[in-house]
Amino acid sequence: MSTPETPHPLDETAIDHAVQQAVDAFAAAGDLEQLKAARLAHTGDKAPLVLANRAIGSLDKTEKAAAGKLLGGARGKMQKALAARTAVLEVEHAERILVEETVDVTAAQRRRPLGARHPLSVLQERVSDVFIAMGWEIAEGPEVESEWFNFDALNIAPDHPSREMQDTFFVEPPEAHLVLRTHTSPVQIRSLLTRELPVYVLCPGKTFRTDELDATHTPVFHQFEGLAVDKGLTMADLKGTLEHFARQMFGPDAAIRLRPSYFPFTEPSAELDVWHAQAKGGPRWVEWGGCGMMNPAVLRAAGVDPEEYTGFAFGMGIERTLMFRNGVPDMRDMIEGDIRFSQHFGMEV
Amino acid sequence: MRIPLSWIREYTQFPESGTAEDLMAELVKVGLEEEDVHRPTDELSGPIVVGEVLEKIPEPQSNGKTINWCQVRVVPEGAAQTLTHEGIDPSGIQGVVCGAHNFEVGDKVVVTLPGAVLPGDFRIAARKTYGHVSAGMIASVRELGIGEDHDGILVLSRLGLDPEPGTDAMELLGLYDSAAEINVTPDRGYAFSLRGIAREYSHATGTPFIDPAAQISTAPTATAQGRHDDARPGHEVTLTDHTPIYGVQGCSRFVTHKVTGIDPTAPTPPWMAARLRLAGMRSISIAVDVSNYVMLELGQPNHCYDDAKLDGGIEVRRAAAGEQLTTLDEKVRTLNLEDLVIADQSGPIGIAGVMGGARTEVDATTSTVIVEAAHFDPISVSRSKRRHKLPSEASKRFERGVDPLLPPLAAQRVVDLLVQLAGGTDSREVTDAGAPVLPEPILLEPTLPEKLTGVAYTQEQISSTLEAIGAELRQEGEHLLVTPPSWRPDLTIPAALVEEIARLVGYDQIPSRLPVPPAGRGLTTAQQRRRGVYAGMAAAGFTEVLSYPFYSEVANTRFGQAEDTGKPMPMLRLANPIANQHPALRTTVVPGLLEALRRNVSRGFTDVALFEAGSVFHPKAQLGSPSIPDLGAYPGEEVLAGLDAGIPDQPLHIAAALSGAETAELPGVPGRRRDWADAVDAAQKVADLLRVRLEVVQGRHQAFHPGRTAELRFKGARIGHAGELHPKILEELDLPARTSVMELDLSVLIEGSPEQIIAEPISTFPPTTQDVSLIVAQELPAAELQAALVEGAGELLESIELFDVYAGEHIEAGHKSLAFALRFRAEDRTLTAEEASSARAGAVALAQQRHGAVQR
Repeated sequence: MSTPETPHPLDETAIDHAVQQAVDAFAAAGDLEQLKAARLAHTGDKAPLVLANRAIGSLDKTEKAAAGKLLGGARGKMQKALAARTAVLEVEHAERILVEETVDVTAAQRRRPLGARHPLSVLQERVSDVFIAMGWEIAEGPEVESEWFNFDALNIAPDHPSREMQDTFFVEPPEAHLVLRTHTSPVQIRSLLTRELPVYVLCPGKTFRTDELDATHTPVFHQFEGLAVDKGLTMADLKGTLEHFARQMFGPDAAIRLRPSYFPFTEPSAELDVWHAQAKGGPRWVEWGGCGMMNPAVLRAAGVDPEEYTGFAFGMGIERTLMFRNGVPDMRDMIEGDIRFSQHFGMEV
Repeated sequence: MRIPLSWIREYTQFPESGTAEDLMAELVKVGLEEEDVHRPTDELSGPIVVGEVLEKIPEPQSNGKTINWCQVRVVPEGAAQTLTHEGIDPSGIQGVVCGAHNFEVGDKVVVTLPGAVLPGDFRIAARKTYGHVSAGMIASVRELGIGEDHDGILVLSRLGLDPEPGTDAMELLGLYDSAAEINVTPDRGYAFSLRGIAREYSHATGTPFIDPAAQISTAPTATAQGRHDDARPGHEVTLTDHTPIYGVQGCSRFVTHKVTGIDPTAPTPPWMAARLRLAGMRSISIAVDVSNYVMLELGQPNHCYDDAKLDGGIEVRRAAAGEQLTTLDEKVRTLNLEDLVIADQSGPIGIAGVMGGARTEVDATTSTVIVEAAHFDPISVSRSKRRHKLPSEASKRFERGVDPLLPPLAAQRVVDLLVQLAGGTDSREVTDAGAPVLPEPILLEPTLPEKLTGVAYTQEQISSTLEAIGAELRQEGEHLLVTPPSWRPDLTIPAALVEEIARLVGYDQIPSRLPVPPAGRGLTTAQQRRRGVYAGMAAAGFTEVLSYPFYSEVANTRFGQAEDTGKPMPMLRLANPIANQHPALRTTVVPGLLEALRRNVSRGFTDVALFEAGSVFHPKAQLGSPSIPDLGAYPGEEVLAGLDAGIPDQPLHIAAALSGAETAELPGVPGRRRDWADAVDAAQKVADLLRVRLEVVQGRHQAFHPGRTAELRFKGARIGHAGELHPKILEELDLPARTSVMELDLSVLIEGSPEQIIAEPISTFPPTTQDVSLIVAQELPAAELQAALVEGAGELLESIELFDVYAGEHIEAGHKSLAFALRFRAEDRTLTAEEASSARAGAVALAQQRHGAVQR
């Protein structure tokens, strides 16, 4: 760029010309870099108008005011043009950066995958929540249990088949009368012994029987049992509770059916079937669990007067429920800990 | 219990066209659960006909075998063949190759013609073999799927049959019949009989029932002396029991009935063999088959002794010390003092209600038979059965209770059948020792049925249902005195009668009503905390596992508590583990997790983070209790406290195991391998989820890398470990290198977790951050230096973070440099630079004083 001549501070034409040159240079700048160069050329130390301004000092006193006014106006015009162009170029610059930063969002991979709850645990919590919502409470107890709580208190006589070695894990030595609980029913007894009547509790938990692991059996499994002891409870209350529960688990069309059965701790006793509308191969009744009215001998063992109170109890397997509710074909999938099984469910069931 | 349909039709109005499924659908209404269907025609189809062997030409073969080339007439003589399947000869005479030899020309045999299908999808067709076209097969019982073959070809004349050729052999052999199998609950012994099932069918349908026990026409009536009117003195029988179990005599009634002159080799008629087979029993010999048939019919187990082998009078007593018995299965059994035995003068001849002895067994030379039908104590039978591991058809029934009025009737029925089918003679020599023990009457409150079921049964419904099940009723004021029938020893309390009323009227009549409990308290704090921890761990990337608590003792010793106590690890063992190599109950959750980890790795998933929460088991000083309180009675607080004192400690542990990468290498992002610090972090996550502070100190544990083990403490007490597992153990267990784990006692942390969290003021003034680099001895744990800085910095310190650890050039050997970022903030003002520097100086001063730290 050739150095332009310095205009005379009172030469209006020359000053206008210099201004116009500056404004043109700003307008011609294509980016902020070029604009910076133009700015330095037209407002820097050697710029014509700056030099003209410096020349004011050598003018007459009378001329100084006019020259100052003339040059001030010129500077103002120039600054305005510079600011306007700067604003335009800054916006352009910002937009260009955003364009340059464009990525392929489909290339994004999972950084830290979620883990998962075990569906049996989630189902257990879900069952618990149904009963919590009805005002029941969740009771728990030990897995290694005294034989009395596991059997005798439940009216299971010492020679009852379910006490036989092939069903029950006995802790050594057998004279210590400790077993791995075969059901969560001992928690019912503990609840009756420690809680104030009336009692409405759900007892979920781990249970044990000496079955070999196969597609439909496992020596370690989970149950939930419910117990209600109050004045005036009947099988109608049992039925109503189970119906409500079945609908929470299987949808509003779920139905239940009671069939006469036998358990030492209930009388009358019943098997519970649930109408499974979404069953593979079409809707059908599915065996779900056992239930009945508390046997008076059990109430007495837990210190409850069966003349004053009646109660009902029911129990289901969580594995079995998961199998037919969620279509798990093989019990072993729940046991092996293959992450694919749980991760398919995630945090839900 | 399997119910042949042809059999139940004898006692009920079950329709001819009814199927096994139809029968089960009725029985399920009264509580007999359907189990299975047994239908021979599912596997077997005709044409299968009677044939007469016309010609049998033995032809020796090059392989040393001799086959028979037979001509068999399969239509009546003079009649035409009407069957048309390919390979069926229009002449009515089939050429058949047969490898067996146990038949003769003129014998009637069973011929499976081309087109027939035998069990195992064996399709019969004409085919070339041994130089002939064999158009069918002369069948054995095994080939027909109706028995184990002893004798080769089934020769009908040996069954006492002489049917026309061409007769449908499936009809003849009862193969069109089928059986329903139902599940019998332990209270209903009577349902292990056609008699009991037929009665239940009549309850389910309201149709009439014919009691087979009432059909035993020659049944003598008992007299007060226990003898029958026209009976002559029978075999001498004495009942003694000096050590009854729970005060119950082992044998309350024992009937013998002698039948003479039987032919023990008489064939069992096909109809009986067919019913036994459908009921799940093998046909063995006429005496055994008749005995089983009567047991199935009436529910009364019974036994046949060869009179010639009995040595004198029979005694029913407890076994003597050291006595032995060879049972029918040819096993020598050493008897227990509690075993109830049947003995003659030479010693035991049977374990009562369980199994007979070999010495007095009926065999092919037997002529006179003593039939036994008795009533034994269920508990005594049950214990002997368990002791000798001898579940039998007899024990199954006695354990559940048999009708005590049946013995003389059942014995008579066996005798009648032996007379009818084996040519015997009823000697009328009968002994009836003891007396039947009948169910006690029960007083039924009129309001109880409604009180338990919610159904307002009418008086008429109550009495008619109870009468239908066979009970006798008497009005006692307001109450009903109910005497249960002899076959229902399970009916002992009023509630049991209510069940009978409810099930006969129908459980579907019970209304539905949702009870309203008192207002609930929701989940307990501990329950909520647990859920929070599990959900938090899952959200943090860990997948939950539920493994078995059965370990080897080595696994417990290795992964359980650290071996610094000098004592062997106490643990519980099972008396009857599933696998002998896993007899111990877990004291740690880690081995189960590692097993799951290994399985995932072997299935191709190497980047795995797992967690499990579960009980572990620690014996206390008192293990269990030497005795337990009685059935059905409140034991009292003191006894209950004694039981609880013996229950082992079962704290809840949580453990995590990690291997591989946390994040895989991604475009533009480096991956990150998991290491020991992830295990420590997992433990800290649990603590954070519970709002408790976990202390981490350098630790030692036999399962861990000796230099990468963190001991986890809570309030000064050790509650677990975290870090990298020992490389040797990883190699041995076939786990990926650097696999890291943590385990801690979750019960303790939940217990120590704050019930309620009080808010802290949030300062809105700006923070001031200052860094400090300190040179300290290499072995000084970072956590200790940090603790000194925190203490020295005072209240203005808001947070502290270790951001660099360096050793090497410019640092004296045996030393390291640790760099911390300190952030200061005041609640009430903007800090000046001087205030922050002064606090930092305080921190450095204490670090220097306590640990000799020098600023870098």
